[in-house]
Amino acid sequence: MNNLLELTEQMIKISTIICVIGISISLLLLLYRALAGPSNADRAVALDGIGINLMGLAALLAIIIVTTKLNDVILLIGILLFIGTLAIAKFLEKGVIIDRNVD
Amino acid sequence: MIFTVLIPLLLACFVPLISKIKDKIHTGIFVFFIPLAIFLYYIQFVGSDFTTVNQTVDWIPALGINFDFYLDGLSLLFVLLISGIGALVVLYSIYYLGKGERLGHFYVYLLMFMSAMLGVVLSDNIFVLYTFWELTSISSFLLIGYWHFNERSRYGALKSMLITVFGGLSMFGAFILLSVITGTTSIQSMIEQKDIILNSTYLPFILVLLLLGAFTKSAQFPFHIWLPDAMEAPTPVSAYLHSATMVKAGLFLVARFSPIFSGYEWFFIIVSIVGIVTLCWGSYMAVRQTDLKAILAFSTISQLGMIMAMLGFGTEIAVYAAVFHILNHATFKGSLFMVAGIVDHETGTRDIRKLGGLLNFMPMTATLALFGTFSMAGVPLPFFNGFYSKELFFDSSIDLTAGISGFADFLVQVIPYLAVFGSIFTFVYSMYFFFGVFGGKKQFNLLPKKPHEAPIGMLISPIVLVLGVIIIGLFPNLVNGTFLAHAADAIKGAVTADQHIKFWHGWDSPAFMMSLIVVGIGTILTFTRKKWAGVYRFLPGKLSLFKFYDIVLDKLNSVSNGVTKQYMTGSLRLYVAIILGTTLTLTFITMGATDGFTIQFNNLSDVRIIDLSVVLIMIVAAVGTIFARHNVAIILIAGVVGYGVAVLFVIYRAPDLALTQLVIETVSVVLFLLCFYHMPKLRKRDETKRSKAVNIVISVGFGALMTIIGISAHSSKWFDSIANYFIETSYKLGGGHNIVNVILVDMRGFDTLFEITVLGIAALAIFSLIKLKKNKEAD
Repeated sequence: MNNLLELTEQMIKISTIICVIGISISLLLLLYRALAGPSNADRAVALDGIGINLMGLAALLAIIIVTTKLNDVILLIGILLFIGTLAIAKFLEKGVIIDRNVD
Repeated sequence: MIFTVLIPLLLACFVPLISKIKDKIHTGIFVFFIPLAIFLYYIQFVGSDFTTVNQTVDWIPALGINFDFYLDGLSLLFVLLISGIGALVVLYSIYYLGKGERLGHFYVYLLMFMSAMLGVVLSDNIFVLYTFWELTSISSFLLIGYWHFNERSRYGALKSMLITVFGGLSMFGAFILLSVITGTTSIQSMIEQKDIILNSTYLPFILVLLLLGAFTKSAQFPFHIWLPDAMEAPTPVSAYLHSATMVKAGLFLVARFSPIFSGYEWFFIIVSIVGIVTLCWGSYMAVRQTDLKAILAFSTISQLGMIMAMLGFGTEIAVYAAVFHILNHATFKGSLFMVAGIVDHETGTRDIRKLGGLLNFMPMTATLALFGTFSMAGVPLPFFNGFYSKELFFDSSIDLTAGISGFADFLVQVIPYLAVFGSIFTFVYSMYFFFGVFGGKKQFNLLPKKPHEAPIGMLISPIVLVLGVIIIGLFPNLVNGTFLAHAADAIKGAVTADQHIKFWHGWDSPAFMMSLIVVGIGTILTFTRKKWAGVYRFLPGKLSLFKFYDIVLDKLNSVSNGVTKQYMTGSLRLYVAIILGTTLTLTFITMGATDGFTIQFNNLSDVRIIDLSVVLIMIVAAVGTIFARHNVAIILIAGVVGYGVAVLFVIYRAPDLALTQLVIETVSVVLFLLCFYHMPKLRKRDETKRSKAVNIVISVGFGALMTIIGISAHSSKWFDSIANYFIETSYKLGGGHNIVNVILVDMRGFDTLFEITVLGIAALAIFSLIKLKKNKEAD
C-alpha cells in the first residue's frame, strides 16, 4: 500500500515536471510567433495562447507547491485573456476599443 | 548719534506726503533742514579737545551685530562733509530742479543716501557698515537712474550698480574672514588684535577682497569706468555723491583699516600703485573729454587716486595730506560741479566745444569757477587750498623711505615722477575747463539758450564752498589742530599738526620746485593742447576700458546664453540622458570610493527549471520590445513581460500580487492600445552613431548599476527582517490569516489610504484633462 502511494507521488512529480517542460517549450514557440508574427493578428493569437499556457503553468505550480491559493489566479487569467483578446481583436478590426455613443 | 543716522531715513518716509504740495512750496525747502540740523549737531564736537564717542544700540546681539557707533576724528571729518555738503546740495537742488520734476522721488533717494553714508562712516560694526555700504550703492543706483526715461541714465545706473555691488560683495567676504579670524565684529577691537590678522594665512585674501571693495567704490583704476557714466544723474547728485561723499567711502574704508594693514608691505605696494596709476590715467583722460561733467568725473577719479596713493604711502605727512585733501577736494569739486550745472542750466549745453566767452555774461559763475579750477590745479597762491595739499602730496612722495623688497624700493624711486606727471595733466585740464568755458571767443549761435547769470539762490551753495576754499587757503590753521589733526590721528596715531605747517612756506623746498615745474610745463601744454591732442589716438586708442566693459558684459550674456542653449535644448531625451548619466557616474564613484559593492554567494537559494524558463521567456520578450518596429507589436510583447512577472509572483508564492499584476497588466495593455490609436506611426529615430553609442552606454551602464546594487543589497544584510513579527501577530492582532492584506489595512493602513488618494487624484486629473480640453477656457 505504502509503496503504491509513494509510486503515485513519484509519478505525479515526474509528470508535472514533464508538463512544465512541455508548456515551457510551447511558451517559447508561442513567444517566437508573438515576436516574429507577420501580422498583429498573429501576435494577438500567440498572446492568447501564451495566456492559456500560463493558466496551465499556474495549475501545475499549484500541484508542485501543494496549495489551493492559486486557483483565483487561474480563473482570473481566464477572464482577463478573454477580455484582453476581445479588446485587441476589436482594436485590430475597428481601430477603437470603446465605441462612441452615436445617437 | 544713532538718531542722526536714522533721522534722514525716517523723515524720508514723510517726503512723499510733503511733495504733494510741491506746487506751493518746493519740497527741498523742508528737506534742507535735516542735513543742516545734523551738521549743527556735529559741529559742536569740533575743537582741539576732541575725544572719541561711543554709542551702542542692540540690533542682533546673538550674532554680535549691533549698531555700534564710533565717532573719532576721521568719522567726524566725513560726517561734517556729508551733512554740510548735503545741506548745500539740497539748497542748490531747490533751484536746479523745477517743480515739474518728481521731487518726492528725488528727495527720498537723497535722504536714503545721506542716512546710508552717515551709517558707513559712523559704524564700528563691520556688518552694520556693510549694510549701510550696500544702501549707498542702491540709493546711488536710484539717483543715477533718476531720469529713467533716458537710455543713458539706465545704462549708467546699471553699470555703477554692477561694479560697486561686485566690490561690496568682495568686501563682505573680507569682513567675514576678519570676523572669523578675530572673533569680533568691531573694527576697533580688530585694530587691537592686528597681530592675529597680520599673522593669519588668509591675510592676502582679506587684503585683496577689502581693497576690491574700496577701489570699486572710489572709482580707482581699472574700476573707474562707472563714474563718468554716472554723470547722467542730475547735477546736484553728481556734486554730492560722485565728488564729495560716496566715492570717498572707499578712501574711508582704506583709512579706517590702515592701522591694521600699514605694517604689511603689500598694502603699501597695492594701494600706492593703484592710487598713482589712477591719478595719472584720470588726469590724462580728463583733458580729452568734451563734456563738462565728464571732465569733472575724470578729475574726480584722478584726485581720488591721489588721495588713495597718499593713504598707501602711510607716512605721517602722507596721511595728514590725505585727510587735508579729502576736505579740500570736497570743497572745490562740489563747487565746480555746481558751476557746471549752472552753465548747463543757463546755456542749455555742457559741451565745452560749443561754450566759450561766457566771462562777461556770467561773472559770478566765472569767479566761482576760477577759484575752483585754480585750487584744483594747485596754482601756488596762498588762497587756494588745493595748492597746500598738492604740495604736501609732493612732499610725501619724496619723503618715502625705501621698502624691504626690491620692488617697493623701485616704487619709491618712481612715485615722485608719476606724481608730477599726473599733476601736470591736472593743471592742463583745470585750465582747459576754465578757459574753455569762460575764455575764448563767443559762439552763442551754437547754444540752445541765450546765456545769462544764474539766479542768486543757485549761486549760494557754490559761493559757500568757494568761501571754504579761500578761508582754508588763507587760514589753514583754522581747520588744522581742531579738526584735521584728529582725523589723521585716527588713521596713523600720534600725528601732530604743527609739524607740517612750516612746509607751507618753504620757498626752497623740493615740493615747491615740483609745483613750479607743474605750473610751467602745464602752461606750455595748455597753450599747445591742439598740437599734441593726437596722442589720444594712440594711448587709449582702441584699448578703452569702457569698451572692454561693454564687451565683457556682452560676452557674458552671449556665452552664458550659448552654454544654456547647449544643454537646455528642450529635448527630453537629452535631459533623461543627463539625469541618468549623472546618477550613473556619481553612484559608481561613491560606491567605488566607499567600497560599497559587496558580492557574496553564501546566502542564495537553488535555481529551478521553472524559474529559469519563465525568466528566459521574459528576457526574450524584453529584448524583443527593443527591436520591434510596430507600436502594437511593442505593446503585445511588453504584455508578455508583464504576465511573466505575474507568473514569477505565482512561483514565489505571492497570489495577491499575482492577481493584481495580471489585472493591472491587462488594463495597461488596453490603455496603451487606446492611446496608440491616436498616436502617429512609430518613426525611425534619426540618430547619429554617436548618440546611439551614448544611449547604449548609458542604458547598459544603468542596468549594470542596478544589478550590482541589487546584488550588493542582498549580500549585505545587517539586521534581521521584521517579517517574523507580522507572521506571528497577523491573526493575534489583526484578526486575519492573509498577512499581506492585514499589513495593507491594519499594520500600515496609512500607506493604503494615500495610495487610494493617489488613484483618486489620477482619476480626477484624467477626467478633467479630457473634459476641459474641449472648451477653450482651459487654454
